[in-house]
Parts: sequence; structure tokens; C-alpha cells
Amino acid sequence: MTSTDQQPFLSVRDLKVHFSTEDGIVKAVDGLSFDLAKGKTLGIVGESGSGKSVTNLTILGLHDRDRTAIEGEILLDDKELLTASERELERLRGNKMAMIFQDALASLSPYHTVGKQISETYRKHTGASKKESRERAIEMLKRVGIPQPEVRVDDYPHLFSGGMRQRAMIAMALVCDPELLIADEPTTALDVTVQAQIMDLLKDLQQEFGTAIVFITHDLGVIADIADDVLVMYGGRCVERGTKKEVLTDPQHPYTLGLLSSMPSLEGPVDVPLMPIPGSPPSLLNPPSGCRFHPRCAFAEKVPGGRCSSERPVLEVVDGRGSACHLTTEQRQELFADLTAVAQHN
Amino acid sequence: MSDTTPLLDVSGLTKHFPIKGGFPIRRTVGAVQAVDGLDFQVGEGESLGLVGESGCGKSTTGRLITRLLEPTAGNITYRGQDITHAGRKQLAPIRSEIQMIFQDPYASLNPRQTVGKIVSGPMEINNITPPGGREARVRELLEIVGLNPEHYNRFPHEFSGGQRQRIGVARALALEPKLIVADEPVSALDVSIQAQVVNLLQKVQKELGIAFVFIAHDLAIVRHFSQRVAVMYLGKIVEIADRDDLYGNPRHPYTRALLSAVPEATVDETPARDRIRLVGDVPSPINPPTGCRFRTRCWKATEKCATEAPPLVAVEGNKPGHLTACHYPETADTVPAPRLAKDPEAAA
Repeated sequence: MTSTDQQPFLSVRDLKVHFSTEDGIVKAVDGLSFDLAKGKTLGIVGESGSGKSVTNLTILGLHDRDRTAIEGEILLDDKELLTASERELERLRGNKMAMIFQDALASLSPYHTVGKQISETYRKHTGASKKESRERAIEMLKRVGIPQPEVRVDDYPHLFSGGMRQRAMIAMALVCDPELLIADEPTTALDVTVQAQIMDLLKDLQQEFGTAIVFITHDLGVIADIADDVLVMYGGRCVERGTKKEVLTDPQHPYTLGLLSSMPSLEGPVDVPLMPIPGSPPSLLNPPSGCRFHPRCAFAEKVPGGRCSSERPVLEVVDGRGSACHLTTEQRQELFADLTAVAQHN
Repeated sequence: MSDTTPLLDVSGLTKHFPIKGGFPIRRTVGAVQAVDGLDFQVGEGESLGLVGESGCGKSTTGRLITRLLEPTAGNITYRGQDITHAGRKQLAPIRSEIQMIFQDPYASLNPRQTVGKIVSGPMEINNITPPGGREARVRELLEIVGLNPEHYNRFPHEFSGGQRQRIGVARALALEPKLIVADEPVSALDVSIQAQVVNLLQKVQKELGIAFVFIAHDLAIVRHFSQRVAVMYLGKIVEIADRDDLYGNPRHPYTRALLSAVPEATVDETPARDRIRLVGDVPSPINPPTGCRFRTRCWKATEKCATEAPPLVAVEGNKPGHLTACHYPETADTVPAPRLAKDPEAAA
């Protein structure tokens, strides 16, 4: 089967990832589904501990198999990844799917030159000669905007600046033209001016190679810049999905709304206090019952019968748009009106 | 500036960290010019924001003001008293008036001490017993920062990141300081928690009239918190102004580029601001560019920029108190020159 625009390239169905720890079972991801088409970017937003990174490690098969219980399915181009053998995964990783991590210095080996690390990936997957793969490495470094790639290819990672390391990581991830790129907070450790450069680079490369990108971040501003679709995670579950525009301008879930209205902006009033979300993110060892956001939700008492604390809201997605909340559409329109105005102003 | 003495007056503040090298006799072979000739004032109850990218010297500035570092040159005057090279004894009374809040709420609290001990620490060191006793004062402080006073005997690991940062704030408030240096107080926290701490700091600043030097890289948070903002680049202040002037009418190309690089959570088809894409990285502070330090990344740089360092002055068209260090300051209608502006029409 060939993949077209309609056919999702990556498809995650009801994924559950549970770790067993000394203190009990951590439900890091608890029923997550999404699709991603080629050439598109899915932004996953969430705070620490919302399960966004675990989801992506699971897609790549980088989780600890002995301690992890996984249910659901992950289809990459119609190939089931969860049941794939380690050998099959090894063939796919770096070749068909690749990942960029947040901390580029920790993700590059300090004992090998940047060029060697890039060319090894290429040699392993294509069987190219040393000379060819070195040339390929230089070409990739050039492509990601490293000055004097012929010289820098023989440098060690510590000689690179933060932004250059992140570029080298991107070069390494893209050396085999992967069709899926998972970027886990790739710009969080960078300064804003360098972050802008890296995001431009990713967008350019995506246009050139038609890569599908899963972009994980906690920064809604970054999402607004790069994503096509957005998935908001809270406590291991998806609470809201939609296109970038839908989620940012017309949030349906109180958590998304809370995130938007708690951020200060470069325009808008300054003397009003910010509207934070009270409380702190939930423990996944012992998550709240019902809707996981209900202890922090301002609207929980508006739902009759205490359903927020007893009943898990279902995420109903129609045409890629939906949220998991017990509030009715009318209630939402009424309650969100003021806050949405603030969020939009931001 | 106002005619009364400012709370804190910094002039020509410089810190060079020596680089040692050579064998067998180690000698100084160079210097990291972390901070190079800063001039600024902080008034009573005022909040000054220091923004800039990593390595621009903003944290070093904070540590110089609190005298955790010894300045290489320049002057720091606190309420008319020169504390630039003041010794331990002379600093003791001042130390209780200048407090600090640190970035990492995990590293800045002693894991072996209870919250009560941590927050009362400054009072113990300074041998102060407030009326009603230290414990009562600590409970009051915990209440102020929004923690349960019952948590007096708990240890830091029992708290979340946001709560720990509140403990740090309580500790900073323990001696009723006049000035708090907050070094990236919210950048280690989750987005939904950041707003809680920013609101707390704002409440503290307004209600207790404490002056702040607020160091951060997040321009939106600095704008929200500080009345006056200084933008730093490679150890120098390139622009300082009232909040509205700086964000509304940035005159230095770097300020403009920095502002335009901040991604905002909007989906405007036609963004109000052009994206200015700077090329390259910040040069090394060991060997900074001659003249204007920003010139290597600036699209307006000329011969003059390489030879002559621009002074931090009120350039033409600036409101009072708005100082810019640039030979060719931007104006509202300056065309942001050749960059990857998304929409060439919008730039013109």
C-alpha cells in the first residue's frame, strides 16, 4: 500500500505505557491515539511528566523492555512497531525514523569526531564506503549550515557551540533521509535567536525531504511557529487535539486555556496579574480519578454530579478536532468567553 | 534620573575572569570578559530586568551586585555607600538587605534541612530574633509565599519545583530586604507553575516595596515583571529603557532581533513583527569583537562599528531615560534589512 495524504504515515492507537517501579506502577501514557501524515508536523505540548517523551521513546523502541508494560499499537507505514524484533527496529532507527534530543552535548559521543558519528550511521544503513560516507557527512553538515564543513567534520563535539551541536544532531538524524523525525524539545536549551535559526532549518528540511515530524515542546510559542496539528497532553492522556489554529485561538479544554492565559506576552497589558493554573501536575503513581485535571480545574464544579472526579471524559475526535472534557459546548462557550479573550490578546 | 540617591548605583562595573595556562609555571594567559563596563541604577521599590542570551554576563552581574564575586573594576554604591571592595565586616549589615533568589530550586535548598531551618537560616546567621520568635516569623513567611505553615518540619524533597521556589522566596524575604536579585527565578519551572511564581514575586514587590534586579532570558516574563529593562550582549548593556519604550520602540538592532525571535502563541497570517534572523552565534567573550560587540552579527555594521565602541547614550528620538549603544539606531520605520523575512512586502 502506498501512503497518500489520506493514509497516515504514523499511527498510534490506544497506546498505554506503564512502568513498574519500587513505589508502584507509573502510568506514564494512558490511552493515547494520534495519526501523522507525511510532510506534516504534529506538535505535542505538555508539562514535565505528561508522558510526551515516553510516547516517543516507545515509538522508537528505546524503552526498557523488562520494566515496561505496553498495550496498543504503533503503525509506521503499516508496519507494527511494538511487536517488531530488535533487529528490525535497528534497521528502522536512523534509517526510516530518527530522533533529535534536547541536550545535544549529552547525545553526542565526546570520544568521536562529529563527522565520524554522522558517517557511521550512514555506513551502517546504506553500506557505503568510508570515503562516500565521509563525503555524505560533509554534505549534511553543509546542509544544516555549519560553516567550513570540510574542516569541522573532523572536530569533536566540545569544539562546537550549542547551536552548532544541535545542527550536527539534526545532520546525524537526517543523514539517511528518514521519513519520520521525532524532535524532543530540540530548542529548549538554546537561546531565542539560535532557536529561531534551528526552527527555520527544520522547516526548510521538511519541505525538501517531506519528512513527518513529531515535535515535542512545552512552549506554545514554538508550537505556533512550527506545528500543523497540536496534541495537548496532561497526566499521560491527550486532553485536546486540533489544528494549530483551532487549539491556540479556540481552546476547548480548560487545561489548554489555562496554559494560554498563564503565559505573559510581548504585547498586551502588564499590570494585571497572570492567571496561573493552581496546584501542580499530578503524580502518575497515583493519578487523580476521573478527569486527571479536575483537582486543578476552575470549572469542575460546573459539571453536575461530580462527574469530573468519578468519570473519565472521553476524547471524541471528529475531523482531527476534539477534547476530553465533561463541559458541554454551551457551558464552554459561556465560561471560556472572558478567558479566551485574554488568551487571544496574548 | 531622580534627584534622590538611587538604592543601587552601578558604574563602570567590570568582571574579567582570568584564564590560567602554561606549564610548569601557570600564568594568566587571557581573560573572559564576562562583564565590561556596566552603568545602571535601581531605585527604591523599582524592578530592573536584565535580559540577554546565555553568556551575556547577566548572571555575573547579579553575583557582582550581591558581592558574591569581586569586581575587577568599577563601582557599586548601595544607598550612597561604596561597597565595591567592601570586606566581610563592612558587608555584613548590607548583606541582610540584599538577598538573592536562585534559578534551580533543587540545588539551592539544603536537602538535609527542614523548611523551617532553611527559612530561618538568614535570621540565625545575622543573629536576629524577631518579636514573637523565629518560628512564628517563618510560619508567617510561609503563609506569605502561599505555603502551608504546617509544613515547617518538612524537607525540600517533599515539595514540587514550584513550591521549592516559594521556599527560596520565603528565605529571601526573611530579613526584610530592600533589594532582591532574582537570577532566572522561574526558568526551571513548568509553564503553568511559572505564572504562579511570577505573581507571587509581583505581589511581594508591590506589597513590601522591595526593589528587584530580575535576571531572565524570557523577554515576555521580564516585560511582565520589570518597570525598566536592560538588554545585555557580550558583557555590555546595549540598551536600557522603560518597559514600554524598550518593547514599543527598540532602537538597538540586537534588541529588535531578540524581540522578533521570540515565538509567540499566535497564528496571525500576517505577523505584526518581521522575523529578523541573526546569523551565527554569540562570539567568545575571551576575544570579543573590537568596537561594537554586536557588529559581527549586525546587518548594519560599517567600518565605524569595528573601530569605535558606541557609547550608551540617549540617541536622537529617545524618550528620557532610554539609552542605546549604537551608531546607527533603528527607528520605527527602518526597514529591517536583508534577512529571511517571511514576507518581503511586510518588511518594506
